[in-house]
Amino acid sequence: MTVTEAPKIVTSRIEFDDSNTIERFLATGGYDGLRKALSMTPEEVASEVNAASLLGRGGAGFPAGRKWSMLRKADTTYLVVNGDESEPATFKDHLLLERDPHQLIEGVVIAAYAIQAAQVFIFIRGEMALGIERVTQALNEAYEYGAVGHNILGSSFSVDVVVHPGAGAYICGEETALLESLEGKRGFPRIKPPYFPAAVGLYGEPTVVNNVETMSNLPWIIKNGGAAFAALGVGSSTGTRLFALSGRVNNPGVFELEMAKTTFRDLIFDKSLGNGIKDGKALKAFIPGGVSAPWFGPDQVDMHLDQDEVGKAGSMLGSGSVIVMDETTCVLRTAWRITRFFWRESCGQCTPCREGGGWLEKVLWRLENGEGREEEIDMLMDVCDNLAPGVSWPPQQTTICVLGSSIPSSIASAIRMFRDELLIHVKEGRCPFD
Amino acid sequence: MPHLSEDVISRARALVALYPKPRSALIPICHLAQEQDGWLRPEAIEEIADIVGVTPAEVLGTASFYDLLHTEPVGKYVISLCTNVACMLSGAYELLEHSEKTLKIRAGGTTSDGMFTLEEAECIADCNNAPCIQVNGRYFGKLSKSDFDKLVEDLRNGNLDDVVPPHGTLCRIRRAVGLEAVNGTAARPAQRSRRGRKK
Repeated sequence: MTVTEAPKIVTSRIEFDDSNTIERFLATGGYDGLRKALSMTPEEVASEVNAASLLGRGGAGFPAGRKWSMLRKADTTYLVVNGDESEPATFKDHLLLERDPHQLIEGVVIAAYAIQAAQVFIFIRGEMALGIERVTQALNEAYEYGAVGHNILGSSFSVDVVVHPGAGAYICGEETALLESLEGKRGFPRIKPPYFPAAVGLYGEPTVVNNVETMSNLPWIIKNGGAAFAALGVGSSTGTRLFALSGRVNNPGVFELEMAKTTFRDLIFDKSLGNGIKDGKALKAFIPGGVSAPWFGPDQVDMHLDQDEVGKAGSMLGSGSVIVMDETTCVLRTAWRITRFFWRESCGQCTPCREGGGWLEKVLWRLENGEGREEEIDMLMDVCDNLAPGVSWPPQQTTICVLGSSIPSSIASAIRMFRDELLIHVKEGRCPFD
Repeated sequence: MPHLSEDVISRARALVALYPKPRSALIPICHLAQEQDGWLRPEAIEEIADIVGVTPAEVLGTASFYDLLHTEPVGKYVISLCTNVACMLSGAYELLEHSEKTLKIRAGGTTSDGMFTLEEAECIADCNNAPCIQVNGRYFGKLSKSDFDKLVEDLRNGNLDDVVPPHGTLCRIRRAVGLEAVNGTAARPAQRSRRGRKK
């Protein structure tokens, strides 16, 4: 048995076809967590979440409770939910938005109560039309049920929730760019400091920005207690987490697993999870946490899905998306495609990212097509060094946000792990996988 | 005579009322204008600017940043074909090449009958169904080349009209309540006092 018997915390309903309806939600304990939260003080709710040591599930892994406690004291505080899931190969929030929108709304109102937010905005990626429709529908039902709006569930707490559609820009997942977008502007990340929207956020007011999955954990935490959540997992990696598996596996999908108990080998090869590599091929490399993360090789496959363990090994769990490459995969082409993505999605404010990304993409494309020279491999590293000095992990930053410093990860990984393969492209004047 | 329909204008004003500051409604209203026209016409941009209280240049400047807001006409169906890493590892570029042949256009182009625009998209978060595409924001996954051709045929013949609305329609569910649900009036939340907690 490689998968633990941990309870399903955020995906308990998705086996039902009608998991998005309020009928199914109420029949399966929906809004009980909110009812309990409203019988507690906001401080007690926050301390349960602290006790759970719930790490943000968006990518940075910052403790949610600590984010709340950093709020500047002010008359107006906002809660913004980051549902702009755009990190390539990450598709867990997509599932939660479409399949359990009421769970999200319940979590959102619990958080709004804990921080006494004046208003909540759920920012949903514009590409997720069905998700936007499902959450809007659920919100209408929640207002009617009394779980949102005036005197929620008979308490004296009132809050409004607004579904805000994005319009297609990866950078809006960066929380300050998201706030700019929510203010009706181009999605330009804000200059830091101030580092945290908790000090200066939406319209300059203190704002908490939390991820969809983070919010979706709150009903369970309040119902069962922070200690029960913290009892799952290992060390600071508590609870369960959604892992999105994609690439060259037989059974790609989103799996809710107890934190830090499952290894990458289990995730990729277990019959109930990834069910092995397509066509029985050999594992070549995998990306442990979204395309911003440095890659791992087959010798690291027994590492646990643990934020600390992966961090110590020089990469990150990030958004929880694992991408699998097999022996038929051209790593140069993969690095090129990832670089092309970052270049296209650069907001253009900072020169290293705007220009560096484009040049890296061009050189990688030339190499992939057999038109590159050997010294260009070193030149790639030199450009990467301008983007993120030292090309180490975690990366040094030369730009306003971390998009620019994320570009070198895949290129440096491909060169470090597969320099010979890159050289074959140069020597043979073609891609050996074509 | 305004360019935007009465319905769109009243929905736009309802959107403005949801936010502490009117400009926050700019992008949602751009979506409404696209629902009416399929893309952002200059006339629509001027009226949006009026509604949210900024200049038309600021609306265009904002809209042109975003992939989903089109400042040029597009086809009735915008096909966004993901070629990002998970889809690429499942044959997305081969599918893209095939779709260009089927539609007789290159990625970025629109068919001469105005039915289809083909786009090479970044990850659309449906990687377990790779290679996947969106048509006007609606997902179709695990597409073989023949699946793609059938999809195009079905769209052309109107067989999928229930599933795929014309380009620009983002959300077919309308918000049922305004802020009066909380306030009694549509007052700005920023002007509200902090609410007490349950004793």
